[in-house]
Amino acid sequence: MNLESTLRVKRDAGKKLLVPYVTGGLGAAWLDVVRAVALAGADAIEIGIPFSDPVMDGRTIQEASQRALDIGATPAGIAADLSRLDIDVPLVVMTYYNPVQHAGHERFAAQLVAGGVDAAIVPDLPLDELDGWGDAADAAGIETVLLAGPTTGDERLQRICERTRGFLYGVALMGVTGERDHLAGQAKVMGQRCKAATDKPVLLGLGISTPAQAAEAADAADGVIVGSALVRRLLEGGGPEEAGAFVASLRAGLDADSVSG
Amino acid sequence: MSAPVRGDEVRLGPPGPPPQARGRFGEFGGRFVPETLIPALEELEAEFRTAWTSPEFRSEFAGLLSGYAGRPTPVTECRRLSEILGVRVLLKREDLTHTGSHKINNVLGQALLTRRMGKQRVIAETGAGQHGVATATAAALFGLECIVFMGAVDVERQALNVFRMELLGAKVIPVNSGSATLKDAINDALRDWVASVETTHYCIGSVVGPHPYPWIVREFQRVVGDEAREQCRGMLGGKDPDYVVACVGGGSNAIGTFAGFLDTDARLVGVEAAGLGLESGKHGASMSRGVPGVLHGARSLFLQDEDGQILEAHSISAGLDYPGVGPEHAALAASGRATYASADDEEALSGFQLLSRSEGIVPALEPAHALGWLQREAGNSVPLGSTVLVTLSGRGDKDAMQVAERLTGEPLE
Ligand SMILES: Cc1ncc(COP(=O)(O)O)c(C=O)c1O
Repeated sequence: MNLESTLRVKRDAGKKLLVPYVTGGLGAAWLDVVRAVALAGADAIEIGIPFSDPVMDGRTIQEASQRALDIGATPAGIAADLSRLDIDVPLVVMTYYNPVQHAGHERFAAQLVAGGVDAAIVPDLPLDELDGWGDAADAAGIETVLLAGPTTGDERLQRICERTRGFLYGVALMGVTGERDHLAGQAKVMGQRCKAATDKPVLLGLGISTPAQAAEAADAADGVIVGSALVRRLLEGGGPEEAGAFVASLRAGLDADSVSG
Repeated sequence: MSAPVRGDEVRLGPPGPPPQARGRFGEFGGRFVPETLIPALEELEAEFRTAWTSPEFRSEFAGLLSGYAGRPTPVTECRRLSEILGVRVLLKREDLTHTGSHKINNVLGQALLTRRMGKQRVIAETGAGQHGVATATAAALFGLECIVFMGAVDVERQALNVFRMELLGAKVIPVNSGSATLKDAINDALRDWVASVETTHYCIGSVVGPHPYPWIVREFQRVVGDEAREQCRGMLGGKDPDYVVACVGGGSNAIGTFAGFLDTDARLVGVEAAGLGLESGKHGASMSRGVPGVLHGARSLFLQDEDGQILEAHSISAGLDYPGVGPEHAALAASGRATYASADDEEALSGFQLLSRSEGIVPALEPAHALGWLQREAGNSVPLGSTVLVTLSGRGDKDAMQVAERLTGEPLE
């Protein structure tokens, strides 16, 4: 089953979806972190392939990316690491377009396939510039997830919904990744707009930092993506255990909420 | 048409060609940005398309260029320098504009666009601080809130410009990430813009960034080349110079200059920063040593490693310390219409002193690269007796301290 089918089945069974983000190559134990996140109830896992100039990322993920690069993380190395994983959770890489085009579309897609990756998010490759990569990814069976933002108009949202694969990434705030004290006002509106526009799974991401925020956001969509709040724990020295515990708390928040209605 | 003279009204030449579909210059350009920014770029493009053919907009822009920025700027015949180098040197004097560099041309145009779009806040990146100062100036003039992102390294080496920006009412935000220079300042400006785009205009300072910026900035800078062409023809009995030379950071003064000479027989030469030498790996020569890539919204040439990670640039001049170049330059190089060379830190320092002593004009370190290149190439690849127009994109006051330290080995008291 591909990513979209997997997410659909779970959603249709009444489950709220949880997709945590882990920076690839961040420390020797990073694959153990991924395993722990999977065990703690992730429905899919986003793996960041670090880029030197991550303009969609706030401080936390910038720092994690830099640390990973400093200790030698590369796209090929991360893909090779991932191929050693023995988990049953779909993987979605998130990176920027320069490393993708630098490797070459076909070669990059083939690396992901070899790493057992299901899908890719490339936030600086909008709909209008998608063609080369989009076609190569489709051909290789890599699902390219598109983002829709609070500023995206209805007509464009429709086109994004049609072209996205795997799920639709609803950008839950105006800004870059990073923890926030409160869920942005735009988050719910975004969730509702996206849900009204497509039957594909809709996940909200950006600024969702706590179990309560995750549950609140998931009310308006099919689920959430949580990045900086997890990565900060890793930067502060947390290992697989702490990552697993945090993801389990997010899982519990989402499950309690979907049970209570 | 008679050649423009200082004190005249500015007469803008006709608009130049827009890029091809999807903001392309050949295979370069485009719009590689997060989804959230797309509507703002579409709005900006539409606004510029209308404004740039509107007689009211053009006359207001021209009025600001003359009445506020002090255009037209002269072309100066350099008699002593010509004698030393054995080539006839003409300087397009952007150093004489208000705020001391060509950056003001672009910024006044973008400030007018900001007002048309009803936005109240502008953000900008700056390297040398000249674009930051120009943006802060225009923001003061138009009553806009102004935030300038500047690499922490540049805050250090261009301290005078930091004070100027603050004096003008702007807030300067030092950027510590990455190499803490221009590239990183652009990253943080983009991050701000993703959050603030509904109320804020991003006033990009060079012909870089996503479509429509490379086009807009070229059009606002083409006045440099359009004026210079007429002025050169006035001085050269109707002829064009043999060479037209400008320094290239992102490439705005060069593209503005080249725009006026594309249809002539003049050879167009862009000079990049070779830093500590092209072989040292510490340079800003993205045209000679870069490969195609995508950064800051556009496909162009960038310094990058084998995995597509962007490399840090190095140059003695903050304004050329950038690992990329505007997409139209990449296209001009690919078509062969322009060629790109480089000058290293030492050659720039040499050009800096040469112009100061021979002509009494202290250049900024950026155009000092173009002068250093000419000093090296006159009598070599540039035949003796050639006529060479060099765009003096800015004045050197901002660099005086840094050069003094470099030359004496001690900080100035
Ligand atoms: C005087 C001067 N010249 C040139 C540049 C480089 O910019 P560009 O290549 O866009 O002209 C700068 C940038 O700060 C500058 O201040």
